[in-house]
Amino acid sequence: MRHSHPTSEDLQALIDAQMPLEGPLLPILHAIQEAYGHVPEAALPLIAETLNLTQAEVHGVMSFYHDFRKAPAGRHVVKICRAEACQSMGAGALSDAVLEKLGIGWGGTTADGRVTVEAVYCLGLCACAPAAMIGDRLIGRADAARIDAELEGAA
Amino acid sequence: MKIWVPMDSAAKALGAEAVVAAIRAEADKRGIEVEIARNGSRGMIWLEPLVEVETPEGRMAFGPMTPADVSALFEDGHEKALGLTDELDWMKRQTRLTFARCGLTDPLSLEQYEAHGGLAGLRRAIGMTAEAIIDEVKLSGLRGRGGAGFPTGIKWDTVRMAHADRKYIVCNADEGDSGTFADRMIMEGDPFCLIEGMAIAGLGCHAEKGFVYLRSEYPDAIAVLSRAIEIARAAGVLGADVLGSGHAFDMEVRVGAGAYVCGEETSLLNSLEGKRGVVRAKPPLPALEGAFGKPTVVNNVISLATVPVIFEKGAEHYANFGLGRSKGTIPLQIAGNVRHGGLFETAFGMSLGQIVEDLGGGTASGRAVKAVQVGGPLGAYLSPDQFDTPFGYEEFDGQGALIGHAGLVVFDDSADMLGMARFAMEFCAVESCGKCTPCRIGAVRGVETLDRIAAGDAEAIPLLIDLCETMQDGSLCALGGFTPYPVMSALRLFPEEFGAVREAAE
Ligand SMILES: Cc1cc2nc3c(=O)[nH]c(=O)nc-3n(C[C@H](O)[C@H](O)[C@H](O)COP(=O)(O)O)c2cc1C
Ligand code: SF4
Ligand code: FES
Ligand code: FES
Repeated sequence: MRHSHPTSEDLQALIDAQMPLEGPLLPILHAIQEAYGHVPEAALPLIAETLNLTQAEVHGVMSFYHDFRKAPAGRHVVKICRAEACQSMGAGALSDAVLEKLGIGWGGTTADGRVTVEAVYCLGLCACAPAAMIGDRLIGRADAARIDAELEGAA
Repeated sequence: MKIWVPMDSAAKALGAEAVVAAIRAEADKRGIEVEIARNGSRGMIWLEPLVEVETPEGRMAFGPMTPADVSALFEDGHEKALGLTDELDWMKRQTRLTFARCGLTDPLSLEQYEAHGGLAGLRRAIGMTAEAIIDEVKLSGLRGRGGAGFPTGIKWDTVRMAHADRKYIVCNADEGDSGTFADRMIMEGDPFCLIEGMAIAGLGCHAEKGFVYLRSEYPDAIAVLSRAIEIARAAGVLGADVLGSGHAFDMEVRVGAGAYVCGEETSLLNSLEGKRGVVRAKPPLPALEGAFGKPTVVNNVISLATVPVIFEKGAEHYANFGLGRSKGTIPLQIAGNVRHGGLFETAFGMSLGQIVEDLGGGTASGRAVKAVQVGGPLGAYLSPDQFDTPFGYEEFDGQGALIGHAGLVVFDDSADMLGMARFAMEFCAVESCGKCTPCRIGAVRGVETLDRIAAGDAEAIPLLIDLCETMQDGSLCALGGFTPYPVMSALRLFPEEFGAVREAAE
């Protein structure tokens, strides 16, 4: 990830790079979020201008999707699957334990900005449930101790 | 020495990369030359990471492997030796048509793909007229594997006959249903198969452009499929002149953004166009006015990935498998609280009980099976009393259930069915696109009503039943319309857990 205060030139370059695509708005939002960990407010007027939309329309699209963040997440994002197959293997107890240990709720970030925990509905690991993801690392048959250890290991 | 280690994300989630590192280290230590090859998963997820060693007799399987098990691979008599992969019961009992190559080949080797039957279907289709291509698909009896079971050939024909300057093939790779991972497995394990299926669809419908709308929760599948598209393009399988046919077809991956409802085809199209993923009213059908207002095929990954084998082996070969109007094979995904979870491709018609008890081996916890949810979060719960139901579209419909994308989630007797009903409503409330009131508001009321029932207010049960009827009748799409399936089936099967006497619920 680059610095989290991009200039409008930085943002415009990311927007322009997606413009040859048909239906470029989601790719634009993804590209900005991938670069900066969130979609900064400052990007909305630029996107609106480039795509000939109102800012309200861009905001409406962004807010429809669970993936896009208005503010940066913690340094480590833990996603824990809440869907049925994982529930059948104790995902409820797993997420309770993880959230309690960190002292946060779903979607919350620890006070030191280190960890954010989010719910996810299926990671396609339903035959080795419960499933979780830390950053890009997938964990099958996850338990709280394992998630703890992974987070300890990471700075 | 050649050793295969799957790069499937389930294998990785269970430690495949650590096993690869251990194999490298051990080979160095012993001074042995080892080639580590990567494959997709064979589908035996309970044995992942499943490592295979090539021998003159065939590939020998070992699993589930940990780094500590690696050094013994280089000696005789490994305690996790399973024998020849092809001779394993799980493999021998399958009819692998769609998944024929998955786990066998390197997913990104076009050469291995071709050596195992790949591109034969596309080559055959190139020699056919568009009409003949469609007829072949119709004859195969292939029905959409995304859930609704609509005949694929008929959908293609509508697009073929539509007049427009541009048409699109859109692959629905949103796979949001809990308990399903067949799309993920084929995109990670045999991505050229999907590419080939889409190219054939392009020829049959006169479409030159394809999109794969792939959920963001699948980073590995996104990476593998994107790479495979580049390789296919470089080899002339995609591009201005598909395999020298004179026909153009190219495709790209589009990443979803975490909305379950975007698996619904019209919501998906809005999302693809860069709009809110709100469901569109039908008509117009996407086949006539789909992506960017143009005629569009929207098909599930497995529907499209099954097309190559239909053209390779012939429609009749495919249609000879199955049961009644459920023709061909179906990749069952056995998940949840189950001993042997994984993917098993077989002809339609196996009974639910056989799938859960015989293939799945019962629960992982060793306790009794209480219920099985089939078809994702909008699918009904079935009880062991319904275990003789054959796996087929009509047969499940007859049980007030659906097969959906063929995911089965097993629950043991500790499952809290009122809690699961509440979850179904909560999920609908979280994921509703907001277009219709019965879904948007009804699901929130459903959660509240179930909380009242949980608190002991049995009088709220008739309210719940009314609410489910309203959602069923008044919702535009199956998110609001089918959420009553899991809720009502839980109530019907386990009324005591809702504080109701059995008759009252029926
Ligand atoms: C809420 C909802 C979610 C859906 N999710 C998916 C999905 O993830 N993948 C899929 O292929 N079809 C999904 N569908 C079904 C699609 O609308 C559509 O029927 C399907 O993509 C058509 O392809 P097929 O004929 O090959 O099955 C969903 C439907 C609804 C109502
Ligand atoms: S049923 Fe729900 S998800 Fe479907 S169109 Fe209506 S509000 Fe949207
Ligand atoms: S059941 Fe947990 S994510 Fe699918
Ligand atoms: S339900 Fe959790 S990974 Fe599928």
